[in-house]
Amino acid sequence: MDEIFKNFFNFPIYIEVAPYLLKGLLNTLLLSALVIPFGLAAGLLVGVLSITLKNRWARALLAIYIDVFRALPPLVLLIFIYYGTPFLGWELPKLLAVVIGFMLNNSSYYGEIFRAGLESVPNGQIEAARSTGLSATQTLIHIQIPQATRNVMPDLISNTIEVIKLTTLASAVAMPELLRVARDAQSLFYNPSPIVLAAIFYLLLLWPLVRLLSRFEHKKMGGGH
Amino acid sequence: MDLNALVFSFFNLEIAWEYLPDILKGMVVTIELGLVVAITGLVFGMALAVLRALQVRPLNFFIICFADIMRALPPLVVIMMLFFAFPYIQISMSAFTATWLALSLVLAAFVEEICWAGIVSVPKGQSEAARSTGLSWLQSMLYVVLPQAVRLTVAPLTNRVIAITKSTALGSVVGLSEVLNNSQSAMSNSGNATPLMLGAIGCLLIFIPVVLLGRWTETRFRWKQ
Repeated sequence: MDEIFKNFFNFPIYIEVAPYLLKGLLNTLLLSALVIPFGLAAGLLVGVLSITLKNRWARALLAIYIDVFRALPPLVLLIFIYYGTPFLGWELPKLLAVVIGFMLNNSSYYGEIFRAGLESVPNGQIEAARSTGLSATQTLIHIQIPQATRNVMPDLISNTIEVIKLTTLASAVAMPELLRVARDAQSLFYNPSPIVLAAIFYLLLLWPLVRLLSRFEHKKMGGGH
Repeated sequence: MDLNALVFSFFNLEIAWEYLPDILKGMVVTIELGLVVAITGLVFGMALAVLRALQVRPLNFFIICFADIMRALPPLVVIMMLFFAFPYIQISMSAFTATWLALSLVLAAFVEEICWAGIVSVPKGQSEAARSTGLSWLQSMLYVVLPQAVRLTVAPLTNRVIAITKSTALGSVVGLSEVLNNSQSAMSNSGNATPLMLGAIGCLLIFIPVVLLGRWTETRFRWKQ
C-alpha cells in the first residue's frame, strides 16, 4: 500500500509538478481548440461534397480519400507527415504537422458523420425550402446543415471526445502537451506520480463529456430506463 | 524539388527490398495484436454488460465507474501507465502485454456501454413475457433479450473495434515492434523515407478491408430509430 502511495499518489511530487502539468494541460486545450474547428470545417466540407458531387470520378476519388484516412492509424499519419516531409526538403514545425495530420484524419471521420446527418434530412424539407424561393446554397446553409447537425449531435460529441484524447499522440513528436510533460517529469523525478496526475487531469476534463454522451446515446437507442 | 529525389526518398526499390521483411514482421505483430485485442475486449465487455443487467447495485457501481474511466482516458495514457508506472509497484509487463491489456480494457468499456444500451432498448415486456413462460433469467437473456439487442449494436460495435485495432500503432510508443515502430527504425537506419512509405502502405493493406467490412455492416444492420 505504501508503495502505491509513494509511487502513484505522491503528494509532495504532485505539488512540485502541478505547475508544469497545468501548462501541459493548457497546451492540450489549445491544441484541441485548434484541431477541432479545423476538423469540423474540413469534415463539413467532405460531408457536403459527398451529397452534392454528381460526377462519378469525383465521387470515387472522395470515397477513396475518406476510406484511406479512415484506415490509416492517426499516429502513422502523424509520424509520416512529421518525419517524411523533411525528405521532401520541407521542415514542418511540429504544430503544423500535428494540425495537418489531425485535419486529414478528422475530415474523414467528421465527414462521414455529417454525410449521415445530411442524408437524414427529409427531402420534403429541401423541396419546401426551395419552393419558398431559397437558392440551393441557402437551403443547404439554413435548412439542411442545421437539421443535420442536430440529428448527429451524439456522434459529433463522441468524435470530439476522441479528438481530444488523440491530442496525446502529439507527444510522439515531442510536443509539450499534458502527456509529454508528465512523461518528462516522470523521468526527472524517477517516480510515475506525474503520469497518474496527468491521468487524473484527463479524467476531470473528459469524464463530464463522456457522461453527457451516455445520456444522449441512451436517448437515441430509445431506452426508457 | 525534382521527381527523382521524390522517388529516391519515398519509392526506393533497393531500400524497400532490404527492409521489406522487417515491415512484414511488424504487420504480423499488428494483426496478431489487433485480433487478440478485439476478442478479449468484446468478450470482457459483453460479460460486463450481462453482469450489469443483473442489477446488483454495488457491482453496477464498479462497472459504470470502470466504463466511464476507460472511455474518458486516452488509450495512450493507459498504455503508459501500465508500461512505465506499474513497474514501480513491481508489476512489469512486456510492451505487447501492456498494449494488449490497455486496448482490451478500453475496448471492453466501450463494448459494455454499447451492449448495455442495446439491452436497455429491448422493451421490458419482452423479458417479462419470457420469464412468465417459465424461462430462467439467463435463458430469457440468452434467447430473448440478447438476440434483439445484438442487431442494434452490430454497427457501433464494429466501428469501435475498428478504431481500437487501429490504436495498435500506439504500441510503437512503448517500443512494441509492430509495423509503425519497425518502419520508423528502418527509416532511421537507412536515412530514407521509403520504409515509412512501406509501413503506411502496410497499414492500409491491413485496415482498408476492415474499414470496408465496417461500411458493409453499417448498411446491413442499419439502426432502426
